[in-house]
Amino acid sequence: MTAATLAGLTGAALVGLGVYGLLVLAHPLRKLLCFNLLGSGVFLMFGILARKGGAAGFAADPVPQALVITGIVVAFSATALAVALLLRLFETSGTVTLNPDEQRPE
Amino acid sequence: MSAVALALATNPGGYLLVLAIVLPVVGMLLSLVAGGRNAERIALALMPAGLGIALVIAFGVWREQAPLVYILGGWAPPLGIALRADGFSAVMLVTAALVVAAAGYFARPLFATPPQRAEARAPLAFWTLLQGLWAALNMVFLGGDLFNLYVALELLTFAAVPLVCLDGRPETLRAALRYLLFALIGSVFYLLGAALLYGSYGTLDIVLLAEGIRAAPVVAPATFAAGGLMTAGLLAKTALFPLHLWLPPAHANAPAPASAVLSALVVKGSFFLVVRLWFDVMPGLASDAAMGLLGALGSGAILFGSVLALRQRRLKLLIAYSTIAQVGYLFLMFPLAAGSEPWNGQAWNGGVMQALSHAFAKASMFLAAGLVAESLGHDRIADLRGIGHAMPMTLFAFGLGGLSLMGLPPSGGFTAKWLLLQATVEGGQWFWAAIVLCGGLLAGGYVYRVVAPALAASPLDVRASPSRGREGIVLALAIAALLLGFAPPGFLGLLQVGRAAIVP
Repeated sequence: MTAATLAGLTGAALVGLGVYGLLVLAHPLRKLLCFNLLGSGVFLMFGILARKGGAAGFAADPVPQALVITGIVVAFSATALAVALLLRLFETSGTVTLNPDEQRPE
Repeated sequence: MSAVALALATNPGGYLLVLAIVLPVVGMLLSLVAGGRNAERIALALMPAGLGIALVIAFGVWREQAPLVYILGGWAPPLGIALRADGFSAVMLVTAALVVAAAGYFARPLFATPPQRAEARAPLAFWTLLQGLWAALNMVFLGGDLFNLYVALELLTFAAVPLVCLDGRPETLRAALRYLLFALIGSVFYLLGAALLYGSYGTLDIVLLAEGIRAAPVVAPATFAAGGLMTAGLLAKTALFPLHLWLPPAHANAPAPASAVLSALVVKGSFFLVVRLWFDVMPGLASDAAMGLLGALGSGAILFGSVLALRQRRLKLLIAYSTIAQVGYLFLMFPLAAGSEPWNGQAWNGGVMQALSHAFAKASMFLAAGLVAESLGHDRIADLRGIGHAMPMTLFAFGLGGLSLMGLPPSGGFTAKWLLLQATVEGGQWFWAAIVLCGGLLAGGYVYRVVAPALAASPLDVRASPSRGREGIVLALAIAALLLGFAPPGFLGLLQVGRAAIVP
């Protein structure tokens, strides 16, 4: 197994874990962590796929690296925004559930 | 020069596309440092200028009958990034500028900072975010590179989500969080699809990618996976049934001007990219089954959204569920407009007209609901009896918007649904016609639910009458939706610019 295949499979596994967590876990903070896991998997796969496609002949293709770095910055800002919303929600209501049936604090 | 070579070189009016994006970005950055009071002035001053630029772009596209192109920094794709404006982009730019300006002037009393009062956070946030949202929309409409479009989509989300929870109540924060999570998952799937396309074709430029997919002897299986992933991600952001759960709480709890912009424009941004993907990037892969599935989901949205709208107790929730139904009509475009027959062109015009007329009609209705809620202190439909006598102009605008949603003549909604109906008949796909007609009937039902009791002669205690100017803005938007029904053939020709090149 080459290093590229291993990295690709790791990326796929991260995507799978992330999607599973997003579907199964209810707590918004856990969902956010799963989104980050999913995002990391996608970034890893982006790098690997690019090596096999348009940049197959080159030693290194700068475009996917630039794209992945931009993607990481975007995912970071998204996470920051979500955490800020979660903190504010906890401050105002004492709970962070998204389910309207369980809004009362424990 | 070939069509591809033309799409890879800046043409004379191309710099206007940069202006359309840079203007609101500069306004947003200046607003951040200038404080809420000046942010309001900057935003309101830039809106007419932005509208002017959008109109000049639309005129340029119409005169040349060809897309405007700008190559950033002179670096041609695949290494560089292109901005392109075809007919669809141009009309969406103008619509966005008009709706953002209407929402901005409507919002002045809500987010004003009077001279004697200290600066507060909400006005600064509102005016900055509104300009950010406008810039992101223009980027979505003009972007020619799938990754650039990903960034634009994320900026759109980051501007739209905080607008939902400006007042900071727990239920709005909860709605914003749900919206953010749906949107983030959607964009990750979109990005994964873009990665697969880059891996297969070595470019993310829409024109070069389309060429690569068309020229490939065997379409790479990754292309199908990419199409599916990107579409699924974009559908979550467009709130197409059954991925619509986040929309009603988010749109119904936001302040009225924010609701108007979210419902009229933001959901159209991701819809616009679904259109780009299937009609521009991979027209050859738009199989009957895939397009039929999008049409079926759209039909589900029309029926489900309309029935739920009939059952709502609050006016803003009713309007939000109506958005879900009206978004469904947009997706009837996919099974009908893919192809090179004349009726495919009609269906294309119908879909674009639906996007435009719904934007104006829905913005008008949300702003009208905002005025009602300000005057009464609530928006319970059961307690709106007699509002037509207290606020006749607002209710008239609401009714005109409703006319367009139902698809009654004369209105943009009528033209849109009529063009779609004609295409179903000529294309022999009559089952979509049944859905269009059924949706119109249901829309009649939920508009009637509000308008009929509102016209009843019963005394109603109104706290404060809205100003004539703000009622005028609401009415102007409704009239814009109406005027689209009188669109001359030249306007429909503009919608076709750039479309001919994509049909093989």
